[in-house]
Amino acid sequence: MLQIDRWKRILIIGICVLGLAYAMPNLFYKRVEAHNDAIASIEKTGVTTPEDEAARAGWPNWLPSGLVNLGLDLRGGAHLLAEVQVGDVYKSRMDALWPELRRALAEERGTIGAIRRVNAPEGTLKIEIGTPDQMARAVEIARGFSDPITTLSGAGQSSLAISGQGSTLTIQLSDAEKSATDDRTIQQSLEIIRRRVDEVGTREPTIMRQGSDRILIQVPGIGSAEELKALIGTTAKLTFNSVVGTGSDPDARVGVGQVVLPSVDQDGVYYTIEETPVVTGEELTDALPASDQNGLPSVDFRFNPSGARKFGAYTSANVGQPFAIVLDDEVISAPVIRQAITTGSGQISGSMDYEEANRLAVLLRAGALPAELTFLEERTIGPELGQDSVDAGKLASMVGFVAVIVLMVLSYGMFGVFASVALAVNMALIFGVLSIIGATLTLPGIAGIVLTIGMAVDANVLVFERIREELKTARGPARAIELGYERAMSAIVDANITTLIIAAILFVLGSGPVKGFAVTLSIGIVTSVFTALWVTRLITITWFERARPRKIEV
Amino acid sequence: MAFRLKLVPSETRIDFFRWQFLTFGLSSVLMVGSIICLLVFGLNFGIDFRGGTTIRTESTQAVDVGAYRDALQTLDLGDVAITQVFDPNFDADQHVAQVRISAQDGAESVTPATINAVEAALQQVDPDITFPSVESVGPKVSGELIQTAIYAVLASLVAISIYIWLRFEWQFAIGAIVSLAHDVLITMGVFALFQIKFDLTTIAALLTIVGYSINDTVVVFDRLRENLMKYKKKPLRELMNLSVNETLSRTVMTSGTTLVALIALLVLGGDVIRGFVFAITFGILIGTYSSVYVAKNFVLWLGVKRDWSKKDPKQDASPFSGAEAP
Repeated sequence: MLQIDRWKRILIIGICVLGLAYAMPNLFYKRVEAHNDAIASIEKTGVTTPEDEAARAGWPNWLPSGLVNLGLDLRGGAHLLAEVQVGDVYKSRMDALWPELRRALAEERGTIGAIRRVNAPEGTLKIEIGTPDQMARAVEIARGFSDPITTLSGAGQSSLAISGQGSTLTIQLSDAEKSATDDRTIQQSLEIIRRRVDEVGTREPTIMRQGSDRILIQVPGIGSAEELKALIGTTAKLTFNSVVGTGSDPDARVGVGQVVLPSVDQDGVYYTIEETPVVTGEELTDALPASDQNGLPSVDFRFNPSGARKFGAYTSANVGQPFAIVLDDEVISAPVIRQAITTGSGQISGSMDYEEANRLAVLLRAGALPAELTFLEERTIGPELGQDSVDAGKLASMVGFVAVIVLMVLSYGMFGVFASVALAVNMALIFGVLSIIGATLTLPGIAGIVLTIGMAVDANVLVFERIREELKTARGPARAIELGYERAMSAIVDANITTLIIAAILFVLGSGPVKGFAVTLSIGIVTSVFTALWVTRLITITWFERARPRKIEV
Repeated sequence: MAFRLKLVPSETRIDFFRWQFLTFGLSSVLMVGSIICLLVFGLNFGIDFRGGTTIRTESTQAVDVGAYRDALQTLDLGDVAITQVFDPNFDADQHVAQVRISAQDGAESVTPATINAVEAALQQVDPDITFPSVESVGPKVSGELIQTAIYAVLASLVAISIYIWLRFEWQFAIGAIVSLAHDVLITMGVFALFQIKFDLTTIAALLTIVGYSINDTVVVFDRLRENLMKYKKKPLRELMNLSVNETLSRTVMTSGTTLVALIALLVLGGDVIRGFVFAITFGILIGTYSSVYVAKNFVLWLGVKRDWSKKDPKQDASPFSGAEAP
């Protein structure tokens, strides 16, 4: 009558043991973390230091070593939500198109007349042609630069939207190309941010896309959001441009395609430069911090072959002229070309200290961000505050746990003890599952666990109360226990599914800490139903088989 | 007979409808009061919802709110709120305060210059001061967060009523929704009355309350459904009383264990999540009350079909078919 199949018993015990095994490393958090870090560092560097060796030996290899990740609010670190200014790319695409288009149009000067680039909103190219009735020909030439789009959504469209009206030829990216470009821009930005953060070597940073044009960056252990921004916030767009003139007026009148940029280290000095660069930082192969001939910090760089060729050709044609090294719209220096530089390497020096030189080298190596980032949200949490929260959470969970056990044992006697054992197993299972799926524990997540401690016994309470009721009418204790479990089932299922719905909504709509809460709450619901229905039942039945009581009291 | 702690006597015959005009009145007064509080005082939104910056300061010297305020006055930052934070976990020489600066006009994103200026000004007042956490949210994001929060609360109410409708009857769904709205509204009213910080985690707390309250309600409904099948002729009102009485011991016990765990967290869990835990604790009290006094009263007024035998599938096909007044 009252029994559980052997395979079910084995399955239940197996799950509990697995849960305990995977939860256990969390009891030795520091040691296991050191063990995992040591393995990672040995793998990365290929060198085994004695410290690594010792740390690795601190935890046996054959035991599970997965840990619950601590969220930023528990570990301390920085959180940034960045918006990628995808529009920047439209502008640079148009600027890059202009020299080629000019050449092509100039070849047809006989038919379309003189051409001139006129001012236009960013991301749009406007060209005046001398002979307006030949506009059709100009449009045709421009179409030659437009490629068909190969993505699924944009199939059948071309990359440029070209129109001619009167004497003005207007060119911009088509909508399909814009959305394809946006996607690429975000992907590139993600990749570059990841590289920059990895160069600094912090543990388990989270870098992920959010929505259409946002990137979430969470780096544990970093001192402040400010520091993180200095690392990833700069576009680090390095270009070499030809200098048109020097002056002290930031609003100097310039020709189309030229800009006025300030000097980094000389106040009040402004350079007018050609906006289209000779060579860009994308053609760098390497950048290293170094010292210049005066022993001041500098950065050495080397071009790839095509960059070296372009730079060589330009310098040999412009000996005696200045050229500008521009980083993020500021002129770092504008040396005069003394001789053709054909070796493909060079040096940037200016007012920087060694740390800045090092950071610049990192930024140049990782590559330039394709577009600027603006920061919508930034949070810094100090490690001490995180540790305080962990300690407080631990203490509160333990006190809550003990209090619930006392209440359960006082109310249900022996059955209360069974429920308490199930509750302990439940805790272990929650941490086991969190470790296995590599979920992140946040402060609200701890609250979720404490809430689960309180609510997990609910299913048991439902069953026990039901057994009490059935004892009044049913024939014998075995039947009462069986009916108790059976009849409490529908209430347990309905009650927990509704809570699970809430947790799912929180997970989908919540962010960061709230998501962490949703995760622990849902895991807690599933494990508590399992422990309440199966673990306590197994314990109860095993006890019942041994003791064979004629009467039971719940 | 071994000792048993009985929070509720093993057999109760409480008439839960006896005081229904009183409880209905109380609930109505509380709800209207909450709406008035929300309108008059408004919610004390955290930076998640209105943008701005909060800086947590910590020092070994006592917090002098007045001196802090004077130091920040010169920076011309607009609305600045400074509150001292107390917690039993703090050491004797640990003095914590929270400085909140509203979003600066016209700034789409956060300005680090402002934060640096504030930190420098506070360091002038107290050289020992440190800043364990600094959080800024731009107005663009905070606007979206409000929207998401409203969606989350509405989505959960809708999802739950659909589930209850499918599992029970539409009258039950309405009863459940009314009691959930009751719980959420009154909790928000308390937040408005005491000007407790209302932020994203508070929304999570509200949803948790919704989850807990529905849990309680469903247990009562489940028993009611069972009794409806068992006693075909008993008046609905008596059946409801029977169902609530039968489940009362469980309701009180579960609320008891949950409250015990939460109170431990409320006292010992630190000040960072105190608002969050307070919302859940309060909500569980009000949720327990509403599942006993609010949800089923609505079901009683709406009436419910009495023939729950599965013999006639046609009757079961439409959830509206069997509805009749008792």
